[in-house]
Amino acid sequence: MSSVTLLTHVKVQLALHELRPGTGRPLLLLHGLGEHTAAEVPAFAAAWPGPVHGLDLTGHGASSRAPGGGYTAEILMADVDAALAHLGPVTVVGRGLGAYVALLIAGARPELVIGAVLCDGPGLSGGGPAPHSPSVVAFTAEAVAEAEAQGLPDPFALAELARDVRPGDYATTYARQALQFSGLDAPIAIAAVVRPPWLEAVSAEPGVVAEPLADALHRYAALPTPA
Amino acid sequence: MLAPTEVPPAPTRSEAGEATQYPGARRPDRRRIVDSGGIRLCVWEWGDEDAPPILFAHGGFDFAGTYDTLAPLVADQGWRVVSWDQRGHGDSQHAHLYSWDADLRDAAAVLDSASDGAIPILGHSKGGALMLQLADALPHRVSHVINLDGLPSARSWPDVPDHHRTRLLNGELAGWLDHRRKAADKIRRPGTIEELAERRGRMNPRMDPAWLRYLVPIGAHEQADGWRWKIDASMRMGGFGPWRPEWSMSRLPSLGMPVLCVLGLDIEVMGWGTLPEDVIPNLPAGARFVPLDGVGHFVHIEKPGVVADLTLELIS
Repeated sequence: MSSVTLLTHVKVQLALHELRPGTGRPLLLLHGLGEHTAAEVPAFAAAWPGPVHGLDLTGHGASSRAPGGGYTAEILMADVDAALAHLGPVTVVGRGLGAYVALLIAGARPELVIGAVLCDGPGLSGGGPAPHSPSVVAFTAEAVAEAEAQGLPDPFALAELARDVRPGDYATTYARQALQFSGLDAPIAIAAVVRPPWLEAVSAEPGVVAEPLADALHRYAALPTPA
Repeated sequence: MLAPTEVPPAPTRSEAGEATQYPGARRPDRRRIVDSGGIRLCVWEWGDEDAPPILFAHGGFDFAGTYDTLAPLVADQGWRVVSWDQRGHGDSQHAHLYSWDADLRDAAAVLDSASDGAIPILGHSKGGALMLQLADALPHRVSHVINLDGLPSARSWPDVPDHHRTRLLNGELAGWLDHRRKAADKIRRPGTIEELAERRGRMNPRMDPAWLRYLVPIGAHEQADGWRWKIDASMRMGGFGPWRPEWSMSRLPSLGMPVLCVLGLDIEVMGWGTLPEDVIPNLPAGARFVPLDGVGHFVHIEKPGVVADLTLELIS
């Protein structure tokens, strides 16, 4: 049975699930677009030597919805930073949207992310590498509340985070940050089969390796955790 | 933390007292609330309720009251000027999140509240860039576009080597995340009207100090320890993300309605650094481009009469 800690990220309450207690560096799991943290430790993380946590990103699972929307991948990156402030250094595994967010936080907090593994999952592509034809997406407050009452994700989150622009050279700046400032030889591991343009660009960067999830976790588990 | 909805809103024309006076300025005639997906937006109107509407969008870290000199000039020529405090600004609700798409959605909600037909839209700075996108997204709802120094261009990007850019970005990212970690408890610094005006003047160095003092009782609220700007303290100037200034400019060539672009030629800190040669190749057919020599970023505040005449000439 997991326990939940509520973290404050400005006006949002984030649900951080402890899926398995333990000592040592935590593994932090980030779900895909429209998903939420699983109830149990996924099979791929069973061999992880430390505790395992999962974060419900804003608008998902047991975390707050944001009235009127305004979701961006960068805000979700700051969600993860709130978890880092609580947990300290972690290794991150992200699915889909969570993979993109894992890349961002690995670049933005390179001293706190001891390896990020990017996996297939919902929301991996985002809105593509360039601005799309603009459109106005709107939901009523009642529709958002109804979705939340049913345990569904915020419709604004689903719409906005499927459209956010992810240029390849923007994504690579985060990969370069991770390489330059993490002190790791290969801070980013790509376990995803699908390669949207941002991930294709990242895959060509130094310090980014393509390897199966289990291999990446094995490699990161063996790394020392900074004091 | 006080949200603007918990403090008295800025005065309308009939509510304005002696403290809210500036030559040529006039407070809006009416105030109303529009709901945008659960966010309460404070909408302001100048002019006759039955007059044809025109939508005004303010710039980042401003509020609708910054149109108190331009809007009356347009309203007095038979228009109903409709503006709003963008989410987190002025008397509108502080949102959990802020984004370009959210601002666009809010603009569409205010547009819907003003008219179900096509109307002229005007925007300054960020509001100008936002109106370009609104016109591109909803061309059937927009009859004319007036852009006031709201044409971001690639020129705004600093020209630094890649390795320096990485170092700069590292500091920016950590700084932004550090701000997010502390923002939950952050409140604006209190001060006197003069102090708030002086602070604003650092980012608006060309503005008349009396104008900046005029804005304080509109954009700020008074508490026991002094005045505070109402803008959400969790917002930070110059956010980051994948957005590139030229993405806004790229909306301009696609516009099919009459377009007026006004550019202040004196570069200043709050502007985009855009030059005429950045704009001219992007003008749609028939668009009018008016560069104003000796004028800074806030063209509508420095030259309200000139901007009103240009606007009325386009829409009348």
